[in-house]
Amino acid sequence: MTSSRKPTIYGLIAEFDNPNKLLHAARSAHEEGYRRMDCYTPYPIEELNEAIGVRHTKLPFLVLLGGVMGGVLGYFMQYWINVVDYPLNIGGRPQHSWPAFIVPTFEMTILGAAVAAVLGMLALNGLPRPHHPIFNAPNFALASRDRFFLCIEADDPKFDLEKTARFLESFGAREVSDVEN
Amino acid sequence: MSSKDHGIHPESTRPPVIEPGYTFGSVTDKISAIALKKRTPLGWFIGFGITFMMTMMLMYTIGYLVTTGIGIWGNNQPVGWAFEIINFVWWIGIGHAGTLISAILLLFRQQWRTSINRFAEAMTLFAVTCAGLFPLLHTGRPWLAYWLFPYPNTMGMWPQFRSPIVWDVFAVSTYATVSALFWFVGLIPDLATLRDRAKRHGAKVIYGMLAMGWRGSAQHWHRYETAYLLLAGLATPLVVSVHTVVSFDFAVAIIPGWHATIFPPYFVAGAIYSGFAMVMTLAIPLRKFYGLEDFITMRHLRNMSKIMLATGLIVAYGYMIEAFMAWYSGNQYESFMIKNRMTGPYGVFYWLLIACNVITPQFLWIKKVRHSVAALFVISIVVNIGMWLERFVIIVTSLHRDFLPSSWEIYKPTVWDFSMFFGTIGLFVMLLFLFVRFLPVISIFEMRTLLPEAEVKEEPA
Repeated sequence: MTSSRKPTIYGLIAEFDNPNKLLHAARSAHEEGYRRMDCYTPYPIEELNEAIGVRHTKLPFLVLLGGVMGGVLGYFMQYWINVVDYPLNIGGRPQHSWPAFIVPTFEMTILGAAVAAVLGMLALNGLPRPHHPIFNAPNFALASRDRFFLCIEADDPKFDLEKTARFLESFGAREVSDVEN
Repeated sequence: MSSKDHGIHPESTRPPVIEPGYTFGSVTDKISAIALKKRTPLGWFIGFGITFMMTMMLMYTIGYLVTTGIGIWGNNQPVGWAFEIINFVWWIGIGHAGTLISAILLLFRQQWRTSINRFAEAMTLFAVTCAGLFPLLHTGRPWLAYWLFPYPNTMGMWPQFRSPIVWDVFAVSTYATVSALFWFVGLIPDLATLRDRAKRHGAKVIYGMLAMGWRGSAQHWHRYETAYLLLAGLATPLVVSVHTVVSFDFAVAIIPGWHATIFPPYFVAGAIYSGFAMVMTLAIPLRKFYGLEDFITMRHLRNMSKIMLATGLIVAYGYMIEAFMAWYSGNQYESFMIKNRMTGPYGVFYWLLIACNVITPQFLWIKKVRHSVAALFVISIVVNIGMWLERFVIIVTSLHRDFLPSSWEIYKPTVWDFSMFFGTIGLFVMLLFLFVRFLPVISIFEMRTLLPEAEVKEEPA
């Protein structure tokens, strides 16, 4: 990055006072045909998912996978250890005393699923990511307090700096500004 | 999480979960200011100083213990397990309320959990830390504690998975891991809030690193909420399993007074009972000293007291069934055990425990008591003491006189038993002081969802 290079545009961002205006703007933008956009809010707003067409997450599947893997691994670890590699006679009980193996199997299932849920959520969200162009937007620090943002990204096929800016302004935004990369 | 019960409707007779008049901005500023303000109150330093000294006492005890051996404790045959298992069970039990509040009440959509879940989860984490110390040090050579885990080793040996002690290793380590994950995931959006509010460079960098670049994107929130809900669903059976497995440590043994099928449900109820008592003990001073009465309202205290009453009754039922089964089994060892428990050398502790855990919570039937902060505070402390006595009675009276009268012995704790126990209380409270100072004690983003203005009604400009 040399200083002579002009910064490119990441997108246009509109700042709203309340979630109602944001929801209206987001839904209208989606209806208008914009697809590459995102909203930034201080708390989760379910209605937005449907308004901007947030895709179904495959996280639950990953969690299931993590749980099954943890459980299977947990059970066969115990089977291999206590039956195959290191058999011990405990009070004459069968080597493969499966009811006793249930507790660690259960715990390993939960552990696998929980780790998959957290790491999967972070990975799908692309976090940790210390910097993102959206942080260049003016007032963006308020997105974690009481402001609501809608950003239409420059790589959207319908994106046009002037037209999109005018479009965003028509929803009663406090401010519409461009976000540099 | 976006439900309609704000508890702010004027016609509602119940106190609200959050006092009226707050906005997104004021909720954010009020909670984040506790962590971000420059001047630390003098009271904080006094409290931290005292608990820090108690922690140093713990460190000294551990140092002496490790260099000398566990003979410095009072336990010996036949009472081979005493304070270290009593304190372990007590601390683990306290932790359970945190998970119950954060996971189970979330699944039941109990909005009032929102303002107490964060510090209840922190309490869980710190309680599990204290609990873990006891079995770790009771091994005698804590630096070899990794032998408890199955790993390929040059000795060619493996753990024995038919033992409840090994189950306990899995249950407690999973519980500690999942509690930490759950707590941290809940913190991420609030860490971003602190990052954006922080004035000092150092604070910005540290909160920024911890927030991992959270930016509140709608896509992210969607996955975040899915993960949070799934974690709650996973933590719910987990928390029930943990104290069940702890009770197996006893119930699988054949010692009279331990070998009972009532143990798992009775232990789980006792855990929740003591945990809510501890949440109450912590919440009452916290809301007072930090002026959080608007967020942790009477509604919270009243609901918690009702849960304490309900779980207290289950625990009372457990005591009753223990005595009944001792008689009904017709087993001479069992019936001697209960007689010895009630009238033997430790009889006074049994009746104290009944007074603390069965009689005291009955006052919670009275509305006036449930509405008095001072009364609730006293009752919560009495219940904490009672639950400690319960574990003492279960463990010591069952062991000190078992099948063979020639091996009967009286157990007496030493000063090191007490310095270790009070030392962990110091460590627990010290960690809480650090938590209150540096992290948001109340989940800010979840509080925002409770405000009336969070209800979205699409409006054209």
